Amino acid sequence: MIARLLIRPAFAWLRQPGLHAAVPILILLAIGFIGPLVLVAIFSFMPPRSFTLDGAPTIENYQTVVEQSFYLSLLRSFAFAAGTVVVLALVCYPVALGLAKLFGRYAGLLTLILVLPLFVSENVRLFGWVLFLLKGGGVLAGAAKAVFGLELADMLYSNTATLMGLCYVYLPFMLFPMVLGLSMVQRDVVEAASDLGASRWQIMREIELPLAMPGLVIGGLLTFVLSLGALTESKVLGGSKVIMIAADIESAFTFGQNWPLGSALSMLLLVLAGGLVLLVLRKLDLDAILKRR
Amino acid sequence: MGGGCREPAVRVGCDGASGGELVMVVVAKPLTRRLIIAWTACVVAFLYIPIVCVFLVSFHKARYFSFPFSDFTLDWYGKAFSSLQTQELMLVSLKVAGVVTAISVVLALFGALAFARFNWRGRKLFQRLLLLPIFFPQAVLGLALLIWLTFLGVLPSWQSAVFAHLVWIAPIVTLVVSIQVYGYDAAQEEAAFDLGATRLQVLREVTLPALAPGLVSGALFAFLLSWGNFPLSFFTTGADSTVPEWLYTRMVAGYTPLVPTMGALIVIGATIMLVLGYALIVLRRRRANSHG
Repeated sequence: MIARLLIRPAFAWLRQPGLHAAVPILILLAIGFIGPLVLVAIFSFMPPRSFTLDGAPTIENYQTVVEQSFYLSLLRSFAFAAGTVVVLALVCYPVALGLAKLFGRYAGLLTLILVLPLFVSENVRLFGWVLFLLKGGGVLAGAAKAVFGLELADMLYSNTATLMGLCYVYLPFMLFPMVLGLSMVQRDVVEAASDLGASRWQIMREIELPLAMPGLVIGGLLTFVLSLGALTESKVLGGSKVIMIAADIESAFTFGQNWPLGSALSMLLLVLAGGLVLLVLRKLDLDAILKRR
Repeated sequence: MGGGCREPAVRVGCDGASGGELVMVVVAKPLTRRLIIAWTACVVAFLYIPIVCVFLVSFHKARYFSFPFSDFTLDWYGKAFSSLQTQELMLVSLKVAGVVTAISVVLALFGALAFARFNWRGRKLFQRLLLLPIFFPQAVLGLALLIWLTFLGVLPSWQSAVFAHLVWIAPIVTLVVSIQVYGYDAAQEEAAFDLGATRLQVLREVTLPALAPGLVSGALFAFLLSWGNFPLSFFTTGADSTVPEWLYTRMVAGYTPLVPTMGALIVIGATIMLVLGYALIVLRRRRANSHG
């Protein structure tokens, strides 16, 4: 009797067409996303330098992270990610406002222009920055010397260059959710506020920002998480001076041949980033955001 | 402040006719607008500086780059197309992007129906799970997949790179298609069912044509993201190599003048795809408008 009570809802649940439609992609995510993550989680508790799961579980790898100051690169990555979000929020807001409200029929073409760099491999674009900023023969230094006779200081391989690279690569990830958010603000509401005597600043603070919040939050979150785990930017533009957490993870997995250490570092990054994502996503109504475009 | 005030000719009238703060808002607007336009131009310039640099350098004749230079040449493009190695690289990149596009569009079609069309218990959870791979550092995902593949005893090759790309790209395409699904009236399907159509017929005759624009933009996204992807390919292609991967290894060590040339070719490839895709979408929309 009890069994029947439990089984019938389970069958009903399994017969939902929505679930059937979700199955193919769920299988993909199970073997391509959840599987690898579970494996990494288990490996993080294996003895250092093991390549099998036979060893006795240990927290040695996490101790290594603290003792050998790996957490410093984690902190550095957090600082870079936070900096990227702040800079991009300020840079993108006016552009997003323009795309959502001002540019009208040019918005489509402009979106195309803004989106194109996203589809060019990020290392090609970062390489372009190297060519631009290179000391001596770079485009900027060369032009400054030829035109103004100026000798420019080396700008590559520094924290600033890395931050700029991060802002550069993740700009679209901030911009487009922001546009989505700002297009949720209806013109009538803004006009009503302005008719009632609100200043431009008040309109932004009291109306645009709160109504556009879901888009802003998604943009900020996406930018934060992606730049937290960024690898190429620091390698190409930061050189050997700027080590971010992803670089530590990579060298542990590859040159270091220490899967458990790499796994422990990944887990720290993933738990922090994933926790943040899930926390924020819980508050958002995805249906409303995607529907009201 | 009425909509008419946005037209320059009418604005003068508005300025004169209204009083107090309303005038302030109306007067401030053209300035704000100009500032926004100027700022947007700066952002576009910022986005294109490195791409322009890559193109510039790809025409440079000498082996080592130094700006400014005066000896332009197209030789490196000739070399890029005639070299067997670069042909192989482009072939691998195209192969990966093509297969990823085909598979992810099919997965995304059903995924988007589950995401936006059907109301089912578990949908909210599904939506969140689907977003996780997008909100995920790609380099870490690539490394986790490398460990996973090695652990399972799969030898990494371009096929495993297809798999890795799918984990990240299929959810994105699903979101793109979902936006189309949200705007789609499911009553059409029910009408077709009432008229005696089978499930397959409904899918082919009603659902697919209605979702076609979303599927086209989804396919475009899939192709372009896979074509330009570096972090996932880097860890999962094994002995095969895509163009972005080769560029990276050559940038770090063993620079050749083919690096900017191949970089420029990547940009050209992406531009062609994007323009073709955009033209296709615009044409479809025009045709739909002229019919309806």
